[in-house]
Amino acid sequence: MTYEGWIAACDAEDIDEEDVIRFDYEDRTFAIYRSDKSEYYATDGYCTHEKFHLSDGLVMGKHIECPKHNGRFDYTTGEAKRAPVCNALQTYPVKNEAGQIWIKIS
Amino acid sequence: MTDNAMVIIGAGETGARAAAELRDRGWTGAITLIGEESHAPYERPPLSKQVLQEAGEPSPAYIVTAEKLKELRIDFIHSSRAASIDRSKHLVAMEDGRQFHYERLLLATGARPRTLQLPDSDNGFIRPPNIRYLRSYADALALRSRMKPGQRVAIIGGGFIGLEAAASARYRGCAVTVVEAGPRILMRGVPEAIARVIEARHRAEGVSFKLNASIQAIESSESESIITFSDGETLGFDVILAGIGAVPDTVLASGCGLTIENGIAVDERLNTSDPDIFAAGDCCSFPHPLYGGTRIRLEAWRNAQEQGTHAAGSMLGSTEAYSAVPWFWSDQYDLTLQVTGLPHTARTTVHRSLGATGDLYFHLTDDYRLAAASAIGRNGIAKDIRLAEMLIASRAALDPVQLAAPDIKLKSLLTV
Repeated sequence: MTYEGWIAACDAEDIDEEDVIRFDYEDRTFAIYRSDKSEYYATDGYCTHEKFHLSDGLVMGKHIECPKHNGRFDYTTGEAKRAPVCNALQTYPVKNEAGQIWIKIS
Repeated sequence: MTDNAMVIIGAGETGARAAAELRDRGWTGAITLIGEESHAPYERPPLSKQVLQEAGEPSPAYIVTAEKLKELRIDFIHSSRAASIDRSKHLVAMEDGRQFHYERLLLATGARPRTLQLPDSDNGFIRPPNIRYLRSYADALALRSRMKPGQRVAIIGGGFIGLEAAASARYRGCAVTVVEAGPRILMRGVPEAIARVIEARHRAEGVSFKLNASIQAIESSESESIITFSDGETLGFDVILAGIGAVPDTVLASGCGLTIENGIAVDERLNTSDPDIFAAGDCCSFPHPLYGGTRIRLEAWRNAQEQGTHAAGSMLGSTEAYSAVPWFWSDQYDLTLQVTGLPHTARTTVHRSLGATGDLYFHLTDDYRLAAASAIGRNGIAKDIRLAEMLIASRAALDPVQLAAPDIKLKSLLTV
């Protein structure tokens, strides 16, 4: 099954609850999140402060913390929540179809 | 002169964060931020890494730009040094004769590189010429211009600054020798197992080490500097960088009679012995509630940031104690190291393998509370170090068997 503009990213079970994984597509990198309520979200993969993969960071509730400088974002909205980050993170629509996670990146 | 002014001396990480936080917390009066350098406040961690390594012309990583400071109505006095503080008149006197009146004053003067001194023939000390240090953006640019392929670089001191600079010098194609007085690198602050991983990596990248080194003399000519060691060996270098620690800058504080104790002594609110003067960051020593009120001084980026923010609150009357868990990181090649807590306060160490991501060490007290954790590997170690930091703050007693078991999630121990 394919959807216009949607990319099959991973299986729903590839991500632990309250965790994040990295997903690379062509020359871009994304972070895909599973909340503690098993809702799925996606954002750009790099922190907006310096180029570090957010997927190496810790997910607590609806926040992702950058592994390097502890900048924090709300991954459900992309909002920057804690210094040193001040620029919001791009978010992308996600859907879970029968255990397959899709993200819309265009 | 302005009434109702908050004055901050030092425009590094701490000073910049404090200034912004004062506005954030609703302070509408004047804020004066005084810095010795010409740049707007910038981040220092990249100085030993990106600034040295970048192929193109580097630029400072600004914490706040000059425009943003203007927008926040923060009066940024750059390229200027404060000369003295008159506590009874609440005045800061500048070297150029200007004066700034303060209602509350924050000292965020940081630390300066310890200078290399060698014994001379008269039982005194001399400072050898042509030794470079790395603290400011200007230092980094000067070092960078000398790190050309094939240049012989000596790094005196196997601490974090030295090792990061060593990795950057290798990246630029220099021949690098690390000279360390101790029997191993990173004697302070990291367990031997981690130091061994880092040393092995540097050796694999072509760095030479001279451990247990005792320098007898350094002679400098136009073409090179020659280090003579006590064991008789002599080595010639094009560049010598000393990274042998830092000394808190307490000159202004001691000049006006504030209490000094391994830095400017502050209480848990970051208040000095004067109720209207605060100190934060590398320049101050503070009692840490998580470690029985032991007075500590930290030279770390996150502490500088968080104490700056905290001091702003205290200047506005907050009585909250500063209790953030210490945290530190270093990057060398693609290896990353993170330490949280105070490893030297621990009695036993428990190892947990993180597989391909790296290795994690828990440092436990006698009563099985977590005093510190350290990890080496890829950036992914950050997740577990962050959880360890929360476990330290929780002060819960932990089971070493669970800590060692990779299949037991640290997150699950937090909720117990």
